[in-house]
Amino acid sequence: MSAEGHDHEHEHHHKDTFITKYIFSIDHKMIAKQYLITGIIMGVIGVGMSMLFRMQLAWPEESFRIFNILLGDKWAPNGVMSNDIYLSLVTIHGTIMVFFVLTAGLSGTFSNLLIPLQIGARDMASGFMNMISYWLFFLSSVIMICSLFVESGPANAGWTIYPPLSALPQAISGSGMGMTLWLVSMAIFIASSLMGSLNYIVTVINLRTKGMSMTRLPLTIWAFFVTAIIGVVSFPVLLSAALLLIFDRSFGTSFFLSDIYLAGEVLHYQGGSPVLFEHLFWFLGHPEVYIVILPALGITSEIIATNSRKPIFGYRAMIMSIIAIAFLSTIVWGHHMFISGMNPFLGSVFTFTTLLIAIPSAVKAFNYITTLWKGNLQLNPAMLFSIGLVSTFITGGLTGIILGDSTLDINVHDTYFVVAHFHLVMGISALYGMFAGVYHWFPRMFGRMLNKNLGYVHFWVTAVCAYGVFFPMHFIGLAGLPRRYYTNTNFPLFDDLQNVNVLITTFALIGGVFQLVFLYNFFSSIFYGKKSVQNPWKSNTLEWTAPVEHMHGNWPGEIPEVHRWPYDYSNPAHDEDFVPQNVPMKPGEEVLHH
Amino acid sequence: MTSLLVIIVLVLLAVALWQLTKIFDLTQVGSDKDSSQVASDNDNNVQGYLMFGFLAFIYIFTIYGLFKWGPLVLHTPASAHGGQIDNLMNITWILIFIVQAITQVLLHYFAFKYRGKKDQKALYFADNNKLEAIWSVIPAVVLAGLILYGLYAWTNIMFIDDEDDTVVVELYAQQFKWTARVAGADNVLGKANVRYIEGVNTLGVDLGDAYAQDDIVVSELHIPKGKKIHFKMRSQDVLHSAYMPYFRAQMNCVPGMVTEFAFEPIYTTAEYRELPYMIEKVANINSLRSKKSVALVAKGDAALDPYAFDYLLLCNKICGSSHYNMQMKIVVDTPEDYKKWLSEQVTLAQQMKEATAPAAVEGAMSSDSLKSNDTAAVSKIAMK
Repeated sequence: MSAEGHDHEHEHHHKDTFITKYIFSIDHKMIAKQYLITGIIMGVIGVGMSMLFRMQLAWPEESFRIFNILLGDKWAPNGVMSNDIYLSLVTIHGTIMVFFVLTAGLSGTFSNLLIPLQIGARDMASGFMNMISYWLFFLSSVIMICSLFVESGPANAGWTIYPPLSALPQAISGSGMGMTLWLVSMAIFIASSLMGSLNYIVTVINLRTKGMSMTRLPLTIWAFFVTAIIGVVSFPVLLSAALLLIFDRSFGTSFFLSDIYLAGEVLHYQGGSPVLFEHLFWFLGHPEVYIVILPALGITSEIIATNSRKPIFGYRAMIMSIIAIAFLSTIVWGHHMFISGMNPFLGSVFTFTTLLIAIPSAVKAFNYITTLWKGNLQLNPAMLFSIGLVSTFITGGLTGIILGDSTLDINVHDTYFVVAHFHLVMGISALYGMFAGVYHWFPRMFGRMLNKNLGYVHFWVTAVCAYGVFFPMHFIGLAGLPRRYYTNTNFPLFDDLQNVNVLITTFALIGGVFQLVFLYNFFSSIFYGKKSVQNPWKSNTLEWTAPVEHMHGNWPGEIPEVHRWPYDYSNPAHDEDFVPQNVPMKPGEEVLHH
Repeated sequence: MTSLLVIIVLVLLAVALWQLTKIFDLTQVGSDKDSSQVASDNDNNVQGYLMFGFLAFIYIFTIYGLFKWGPLVLHTPASAHGGQIDNLMNITWILIFIVQAITQVLLHYFAFKYRGKKDQKALYFADNNKLEAIWSVIPAVVLAGLILYGLYAWTNIMFIDDEDDTVVVELYAQQFKWTARVAGADNVLGKANVRYIEGVNTLGVDLGDAYAQDDIVVSELHIPKGKKIHFKMRSQDVLHSAYMPYFRAQMNCVPGMVTEFAFEPIYTTAEYRELPYMIEKVANINSLRSKKSVALVAKGDAALDPYAFDYLLLCNKICGSSHYNMQMKIVVDTPEDYKKWLSEQVTLAQQMKEATAPAAVEGAMSSDSLKSNDTAAVSKIAMK
């Protein structure tokens, strides 16, 4: 459990060159920063794309010079966005946000930063593999960006890349080189994600410091640990789906294709089924939303407890609910396929398992609320984002009861109702988790503080805009408006929804532009922020016992030993309102929780 | 002009931002000159009130939305099973609103009420099994109810009884149009496969099959009110989804397999147009359209046609560039009108005969050249 044998060797400082320190670093803290900054860059691209296609949806008949400037003459002649590039923007926005920002950017950053620091380890189990994991992620990001510039256009079959559309270049232009690069990028991404996940699992199991039992782990670590397990179980299935799709595309196999007549000829494919692809895709696709949201919930648990100056309510229930959600997440994928043509009996089964997930989710929401009760809330920007997360998680989660019910899904499937639901429950919520994490651990990452007033402005504008975008979207979905329509002008039926679309876009543009406040705060504070003290939030967890200046091995001298759980806030046996985990129990002090 | 507007908006945003930061700065004047970037009592106070304000925002926005956008939502289902779906939907909505109202109040009110103060200590309250049992069991019981109702309705809707007296219709999807095939007098669809696609036979019907002889292919579907329609879906190229929102019906069309959905229409198109809510909706849409037309005419373009309600079949699974314009009109007739419509249609077999007949008479146009003409036409469509 401990790493006592290593303690002294690590004090010798290796002389780092620029390359080993900033580029091919094997130090988990540097890798975390690399993940974060890459994630932020990808986030800017992903959010920027959404602003472009929102403009198209609000004013489908207008032309915008900005389209022409950003998309070029081929895709936006005279500033009118083409239908092909609209679908590309939607596709790549989804891919980037789900995988590159909220999986790698979120998990990659905080798992790397916090796992060794919070469990009391010198570094990850394999620093080298960790480095490879980042560089594969970087490579996959570069390939994904390159795919935006190919002649036939980027992939545009939707981020779910259902064949045959994604398999046949004759069916849509983006399924040519663009889709090839998309698949290659994702295959590399999966390899990166698996290396990262294995590392996290091994580190949590093997490298905990003395006294750090599993039931003394901060909930962040529990969330990262279980997320990594879900990733290892489900990502390989997506890899196999991608490989089989590559076979169908390039080597003439028929895993997912059958009986196709396209562009005036019968294609040779026989015997495959697109429904098989849907099963394989969602076997990852659904757990993926928990891969995105669980780390955000873990971060929130930690921040809410610290800033409420109160123990997280129901620590064990929180762990149980993480495990329950993880288990259930692997057996609910069929709720994306109620009307795919699979046997309706399967639909019944998946309805049952899906609605079960509401129970552990409800437990988590109520436990957060109870943690706030009679607390002494320190409303730092990180805390605001955490409270915001609980709010959007509830609002978005509740409409899941409608979508998870096969009967109700019939009529709202693939409408804007779905878009509103998942953006709130896993898009906005996970982004809030990521922001909360950045505001909270920025001092730990860069030794400086973020400006809190800019943080407040960032939160409030984002919070209003997030509801402003996604709340009205429920109504246009319930009015039967399908998603992924380039324009709705061909359906006079939907003319009365146009005003709502304009409102949504207005909120989206304001919210998007205001993210610049965060970017400015982030990048300027790296250099000019106020120097941080060692434990600015008066937190209990081990990362705040390490010196502000980063060093290999995290702690000079011995790794601190752990004597208590991480949530001893306002413990009546102590004068201070926090008791770090490495403070020994007083003689006669009782263990108050569980 | 637009770029100027954009610049103005950006400048205004920047000013707004500068002002907002200044306001937050001002709130700190007088409090201890603390630049630690950790929330002070003063911050807690301001942010606590803002949390309370945000609660008000959520509530007002929700109520405003319900009044303003509520009427846009799909109303009165036009199919027999639609009532069941809407009923379950309404029950679920009531539950959702109750839970949402309570939890958002608690969350934001606590954030306001317990905002931090220097000399205040939080309550050490780590666990309470009874409370946790309550909020595990209550959702479990409520969900069990929803699941049972949902599964009951799902089974009713999705398991189609072949014994029923139904009208069998095929919905055929291709990039980017719908075609329907009515099974005709024998009410059985003839076999079909993409490999039979040739000339007028764009659906690939096997004309050697006895059941196929009376099949009727149409591009605007009529169905009778009061009879269960058994839809069988096929696709010839990529995934499509047959979405008929007013009938609360949707099913994907999958190349290589036949999928099914069945419902009984309960309003004819004429009857549905006369529903008070629909009259209002159409009037609203037409007033929006005439406003837009004024602007169009001023620019020298043609005015928009006035809108009249029709049931539509939409494609609701991304299927390619023109996915956004893949639709077919569905007309629900009285049984008499339906019979009349049906009798006016020409069967596919007859169409095929007519298509080859002139060639036989004239002898000039061989069936080969006909086929090549047709492939050219198809590839033209595909090129689009």
